[in-house]
Amino acid sequence: MNKGVRKEPSMVKQKELIANHFTRLSKARALGKKVVYTFVPGNLTELLAAFDVLPVLPEINALQSGMRKLSARYIAEAERAGHSEDVCTYVKCDIGMGMTGNVGPTGEPLPEPDLLLLSYTGCFVFMKWFELLRERYKCPVAMLHVPYQGEGVVTPEMTAYVVEQLKTEVIPKLEAVTGRRYDEARLRAALALSAKAEDDFVWVLDSAKNRPSPIDAYFGGVYYIGPIFTAFRGTAEGADYYATLRREVEERLAAGESPLTPEGQMGREKYRLVVEGPPNWTSFREFWKMFYDEGAVVVASTYTKVGGLYDQGFRHNPERPLETLAEYCMGCYTNLNLPSRTALIEKYVRDFHADGFLFNSVKSCNSFSAGQLLMLREIEKRTGVPGGFIESDLVDPRYFSEANIKNRIESYLQMIEQKRRGTTEFREQSAESPAVSRRERNGEPDGDGGRTPPIPPKHGGFREPT
Amino acid sequence: MTLAAVIAEIEKLYFDIDLDAVAAWKARTHQKAIGTLPVYVPREIVTAAEMLPVGLMGAGAQIEIIRGDAYFQSYICQLPRSTIELALTKRLAVLDGFLFPSTCDVIRNLSGMWQLLFPDTFVRYLDLPQASGAVAARYHRRDLEKLARELGDLSGHPVTNASLASAIARHNKNRAVLDRIYELRAKAPWTFPTREVYLLLRAANLLDVDDHTRLVERYIAAATRENRPVRDHTRVVVVGAFCEQPPLELIQTLEAAGCYIVDDDWVLGPRWLQGPVAPGADALQALANAYLAQSVASPLKFEPGIRKGDALVETVRARRAEGVIFCAPSFCDPALLEQPMLEAALARAGIPSTAFKYAENLGQFQVIREQAGTFSDSIRLWGAA
Repeated sequence: MNKGVRKEPSMVKQKELIANHFTRLSKARALGKKVVYTFVPGNLTELLAAFDVLPVLPEINALQSGMRKLSARYIAEAERAGHSEDVCTYVKCDIGMGMTGNVGPTGEPLPEPDLLLLSYTGCFVFMKWFELLRERYKCPVAMLHVPYQGEGVVTPEMTAYVVEQLKTEVIPKLEAVTGRRYDEARLRAALALSAKAEDDFVWVLDSAKNRPSPIDAYFGGVYYIGPIFTAFRGTAEGADYYATLRREVEERLAAGESPLTPEGQMGREKYRLVVEGPPNWTSFREFWKMFYDEGAVVVASTYTKVGGLYDQGFRHNPERPLETLAEYCMGCYTNLNLPSRTALIEKYVRDFHADGFLFNSVKSCNSFSAGQLLMLREIEKRTGVPGGFIESDLVDPRYFSEANIKNRIESYLQMIEQKRRGTTEFREQSAESPAVSRRERNGEPDGDGGRTPPIPPKHGGFREPT
Repeated sequence: MTLAAVIAEIEKLYFDIDLDAVAAWKARTHQKAIGTLPVYVPREIVTAAEMLPVGLMGAGAQIEIIRGDAYFQSYICQLPRSTIELALTKRLAVLDGFLFPSTCDVIRNLSGMWQLLFPDTFVRYLDLPQASGAVAARYHRRDLEKLARELGDLSGHPVTNASLASAIARHNKNRAVLDRIYELRAKAPWTFPTREVYLLLRAANLLDVDDHTRLVERYIAAATRENRPVRDHTRVVVVGAFCEQPPLELIQTLEAAGCYIVDDDWVLGPRWLQGPVAPGADALQALANAYLAQSVASPLKFEPGIRKGDALVETVRARRAEGVIFCAPSFCDPALLEQPMLEAALARAGIPSTAFKYAENLGQFQVIREQAGTFSDSIRLWGAA
């Protein structure tokens, strides 16, 4: 580990973007801006921008409360008010925050919503969440029912249904709240900027196919997704952020550098992992450290796809503005059925030449978690790569058992190591692997002695009792 | 048919987790059967395709969960575990397909698990609309049309407008008789104890719709002839148990603790649509419209412009209930996220309530008996004050 802590320009820019957004929100009323609460999956950021309204994303507030160690208090407030200990802690954190003044990261209260834009994408709880907020704020709700990909496809009928809802429900309500007319030219311009940012974002994600990976696609990835998942998709600032990020990653790749961590550049890449599930936010740094201390880098993650599957080819298309928004909503990761999610992780394991894949199963999120144990077994069966399983929560610190999780991760990495040692005879077979090693390209020996060999099928994690 | 005979039949059906009754129906009719997960699916379409809709509601405490637990984390409700257990132990082998409605994220993901586990089986996720108005009506009709086509292909009996209209009429009769038993119970809960009404409802899961309608009619006739004593019980509405079902002993416990249950939301599927559906010229559109306009108030469907809890308060008043018991399964997102809104509505209306959770395989009821008994006593002793 290189202990020199480095702040790259993109990091500064990202922090400024998010901070400025919250500052704008705190002054929204003074500036005469309307405010719309909505969710990350299936967000309609470009459309909201076309109406010049400011979005508030309650799950972002919750995760920020988690990182700022405030969530335990908020959750306790909500539970004291009668919310069950069994339900999503994002919801309770947000409710508790609302009960205690709705103070945002700037230390000033967030504005109340003029409209709740309920994009019902991939999560049933979203609906209940906004019903709770509707009770609190007594404001209008625009329901956008986004059909689930139950059969693994988006049909023209599904797209037409969402577009019709945009035309008859969402846009009229935005017009009513803002007093503005729908401006399609403005929407198209924003969508063009979105596509540009998405190109650069995907390039950054794909850079993890290299050895060593210049990025961590999970812990680092959550910072990268910040602007594109929130208020900055379709903005010049957002596009500029991703261009800057891409340049930095290009430089790191050319220099053969490992990902940056909170403690500086990561040491030698020993394990390449794919991670499924959201991270824990209350102990985010500690969680990340468990990985980079062991030389484990996450080369692909599903959480960074909850706001869009750009890496699978989707781009916002200004030529079909409402249709593209519809297709975007339906393509978010948690809107995929389990066979599609399983196939995607399998693809990541292969494409990114992962040594393993790890499920962080969070108590709060049934949308992610229900079925994960079967997915894990299925991916092991298909790839022969061992899977690992840990449990935590989004923002409830009571469900983050640091010693237990650390122990599990270390044991899992040891298992990968043992499999590696026990399967050297398979190394010859890996010649067909297209993994791109920068050192290999340059004729240098690779850090771990070459590509990860295929591992014979054997269950490393979940086993069905016989 | 005597009351004892009806009760014996519905008890037998309740404990029929091997689906012997379904196998017998299939042998008799040479038709197929489709399993339907909670809560609402348009069973009329299954009937119109000349198949038997079979309601799946877990296994209660009747089987030990051995393999099912390995598929779910500890914080996920019990119903999917026992459903997987039933499937892996071949108890659902008599079924020719499965419908998974958009009840919650767990049932939704269970549909994907079924696709992975049983790739050769007919599995359909039914995404019921959360939108409203003409847009949702058109979309839902198209989806129902596709479902009808798929079920017709599976059964070999294409669903026509006429066959669907006929099926709707048969289910209308069933809805009417279920409404009647609920009305009768609310008027005289001592004559129609909830244990029996509940078992009758559960029988709807396994019986052909006409057979079930006749059974309920026979029960009403037989129970009416009985002269059962009126007890000094408190009239309560029970809510929260619309998906994973409470153990039968829990229902008996509530009654034994001094509660007359005068309304509830368990086994809600056959009672989802309120009132008859008029098939009209386009029976599929009628079913789609009915879902949008005639659904029971529930945590599962978004209702624009409706204040949460108003329907519950109305039910309490219509049934002359004195209190509400929130009785939800552990880890049930829809019920537990809804509950604070309902509690607030009851508080505004001055209606007392109490709450507890259960799992379908719960084995200890003493704490619930004490809680329900105390609740009932407090209403009887101080309710009028």
